Amino acid sequence: MAQATKEKEAVATSTAIAAADDEAEAAAAGLEGFSSDELQALLAEMLLYRRFEEKAEEAYAIGKIGGFCHLHIGQEGLAAGAIKPLREDDLVVTAYREHTQAIAKGITPRAAMAELYGRTDGCSGGRGGSMHLFDTAVGFLGGHGIVGGQIPLGAGVAWAIRYRGGDQICMCFMGDAAVNQGAFLEALNMSAIWRLPVIYVVENNGYGMGTAFSRVSATEMEARSGAYGIPAHTVNGQDVLETYRFFEDLAGRVRSGAGPQFVNAVTYRFRGHSMSDPVSGTYRSKEEVDSHVQEQDPIKILRDRMMDAGLLTQAELEAMDADARAASEDAADFADASPLPDPSTLYDHVYAEINPHGRLFLDGRGQAPTGGGPPHG
Amino acid sequence: MAEMTYREALNAAMCQEMDRDDSVFLMGEEVAEYDGAYKVSRGMLTRYGARRVVDSPISELGFAGLCVGAAMTGLRPICEFMTFNFSILALDQVINSAAKMLYMTNGQIPVPIVFRGPTGAALQLSAQHSQACETWYVHAPGVKLVTPATPADAKGLLAAAIRDDDPVAVMEGELLYNVRGEVPDDEYVIPLGVADLKRSGDDVSIVTHGKMVHVALQAANTLARDGIEADVLDLRSIRPLDVDAILESVARTNRVVYLEEGWPFAGVGAQIVSLIQEEAFDDLDAPVARVTQADVPMPYAKNLEQLAKPGVKGVVEACRKVMYLPA
Repeated sequence: MAQATKEKEAVATSTAIAAADDEAEAAAAGLEGFSSDELQALLAEMLLYRRFEEKAEEAYAIGKIGGFCHLHIGQEGLAAGAIKPLREDDLVVTAYREHTQAIAKGITPRAAMAELYGRTDGCSGGRGGSMHLFDTAVGFLGGHGIVGGQIPLGAGVAWAIRYRGGDQICMCFMGDAAVNQGAFLEALNMSAIWRLPVIYVVENNGYGMGTAFSRVSATEMEARSGAYGIPAHTVNGQDVLETYRFFEDLAGRVRSGAGPQFVNAVTYRFRGHSMSDPVSGTYRSKEEVDSHVQEQDPIKILRDRMMDAGLLTQAELEAMDADARAASEDAADFADASPLPDPSTLYDHVYAEINPHGRLFLDGRGQAPTGGGPPHG
Repeated sequence: MAEMTYREALNAAMCQEMDRDDSVFLMGEEVAEYDGAYKVSRGMLTRYGARRVVDSPISELGFAGLCVGAAMTGLRPICEFMTFNFSILALDQVINSAAKMLYMTNGQIPVPIVFRGPTGAALQLSAQHSQACETWYVHAPGVKLVTPATPADAKGLLAAAIRDDDPVAVMEGELLYNVRGEVPDDEYVIPLGVADLKRSGDDVSIVTHGKMVHVALQAANTLARDGIEADVLDLRSIRPLDVDAILESVARTNRVVYLEEGWPFAGVGAQIVSLIQEEAFDDLDAPVARVTQADVPMPYAKNLEQLAKPGVKGVVEACRKVMYLPA
C-alpha cells in the first residue's frame, strides 16, 4: 500500500505544478513497459468490471438477482493485473467473489450477468449463480462457495498439469480469511512436496466478512507459506501496473519450474461483504472506507497517471466509460431477455453417466433422466 | 478363473484399468512404498512408478480435494482412504466439490473419481474406527456407491467404478480382504446398478450389501435347518439401486428383512423400507424388519461390541418375526 500512496502523492504534485518536470517524469516512470494501447486496455477492463458490478448491484436491488452476491468493487486491479498476464490455456480456480475474475479470464459480460440472473444463457446455465461461474472453454474453473474449499482443487488442477507434462499454470485465488482453513495448509504442503505449477493469490482486503484478519490470525499473511518453503510475495493490488508486471514475471517463473508461489495481494473492498450487509458499520468505520475509496481506487490511480503522462484525455476517458456502461447495460438486457432454465432440465447434469441398470433417483422419478453430461474425453 | 483374495482382486482391477488408461492414478496414505495400509496396492509402485502411485501426506481433506481438482481436468484418480472413517475429514470435498460440480457447471465439468477403502467395523477398533459410512455418501445426489462382498465383485465393481464418469465410492471391508474366491482372469467389469441374488429361497428375502452378505448367508443356512428357505439379495450397488431386483424378490417371498452394518436412523435400510412400502405394499405379508448396528457409537469391550454389531442371531430372529414364527 505504501508504494501506491507514494505514487498518488507524486501524481498530486505533478498535477499541481504542471511545469515540474521531475515529478512528471516520476509519474511517467510508473508506466514504463506498457504501450499506450496496453494502458488503455487495462483501464477499459477495470472500468468494465466496475460498471458491470454496479449494474449487478442495481439489478440485485430490484430483485433481478437473488441469493448471495459478493461484489469485487475496489479490487479490480487484481482481476486485471493478475489474470491478464496469463495465457489463454492457463487455468483459474477461485472463490465466490469472482465476477470480475471471470470476465478477466474471458467469460463475456453477457454470460456472467445471465448467470447472476439465473438464466439459461448464463455461463453455468443458471444452475450456479453469482458464486459459481464456470467456463471450461476459457479455463475458468469456478466459482467455489466454501471458504478455502477451492484451494485443494487448485492444487489438483496444477497436479494434473504436471501429470500430463503440460506447461500451463494454475492460478488459485482466495480471500484473506481462507488461509486460516485447514484446507489451505494441506494444499500448500502438497503443492510444495510435488513442486506444483500453481500461484496462490490471497486477495487480502483485510476482512473475512466482518472480522479483521489481524483479530483472528496469530501471524502475518506473509508468514503463512514459509512453513512449507513456498516463497511469499507482497504486491499492491490497487496498482494494476505493478500487479500486472509482478504476475507477468511470476507466471513465467512458475511456468519454467519455479514451483508453487504465495502472493499476498493487498487490496480493499469498497462494498459490504455481500449485498446483505452495509459497506461500513461495526467492523470498519465510514472514514476508513472513504479514505480508501478516495485514495486507493485502482481505476482512479491508473487514470490519473495516464492523464498526467498525457496518455489519456478526458474525452477518451468518457468514451471508454460510456463503452463500459453500454456493455454492462447490454449484459443486463441480454440476461433479462434470456429464458429461465427449462423445468424439464431439473434433473439434468446430476450425473454425467446415467447407468443403464438401476435407479439413480428414488424421489418418484421412475425413469432415469436423459441428458446427462458429456461423456468424458 | 483364478482363485484369489478380495485384496488381490481389488489390486487386479486397479492394474487392469491402469494398464488401459494412463489418466488413472492411485493416491492415498501408504499406497506406494508401504504397499498399502492393507496391502491392496501391493507391487503397484514398482509396476507403475511414482508418477501414478502416489503416497499422500495424512491430509484427507487436502488429498481428496487435490484428486477432485485433478478429476476436474479429466484425469481419473483413485483416491484411497485408509478407512472411510477418515474420509469424514474429506466430506467437504466429496459432497461440496465432487458431488455438485457437474450440476453447478451445467454439465461442463464431470468428476470421474473413485473414493475407495474399507468401511464398517473390524474387531474391537472402538468408536472412531468402526462405522459404516454408506449413508454419508449416498445421501448426496451426484455420488454413486458400490459395496462389493466377494472377490469377483470386488474386481468387477471397482473396474466399473474407475470407468464411470461420476464420483463413485467403493466401500470395501477390512474383514473381507482375506476372503478367497474365484475371479475371472480377463478384463472384467460388472455394470453398476445390478444386484446379485447370492442365494435363492422363496420364504423370506434378506436384502443386504457389502460385508453383511456373509452374515446373511450364514443366517440363511441356519434358517434352512428349520426348513426356511431365504433369498439373499446382495445389492452390490446402493446408488444406482437395482429396484427391480428388490421388487422381484419381495413379490416372490412377501417378507423382507434388511440387513446392514450402519446405524438405523436414516440408514440405507430406511430408504429401502420406504421404497418397498411405496412400490410393493400389496406384496407384503408383514412389515419389513431391519437389522442394523445398535444406535450407539461402537463400544470397545468385546461383549458390548458383539451386542452392538448386527449378527447371524439377529437376522434369524428377524426372519422368523416377519414370518410370524416364534423366535
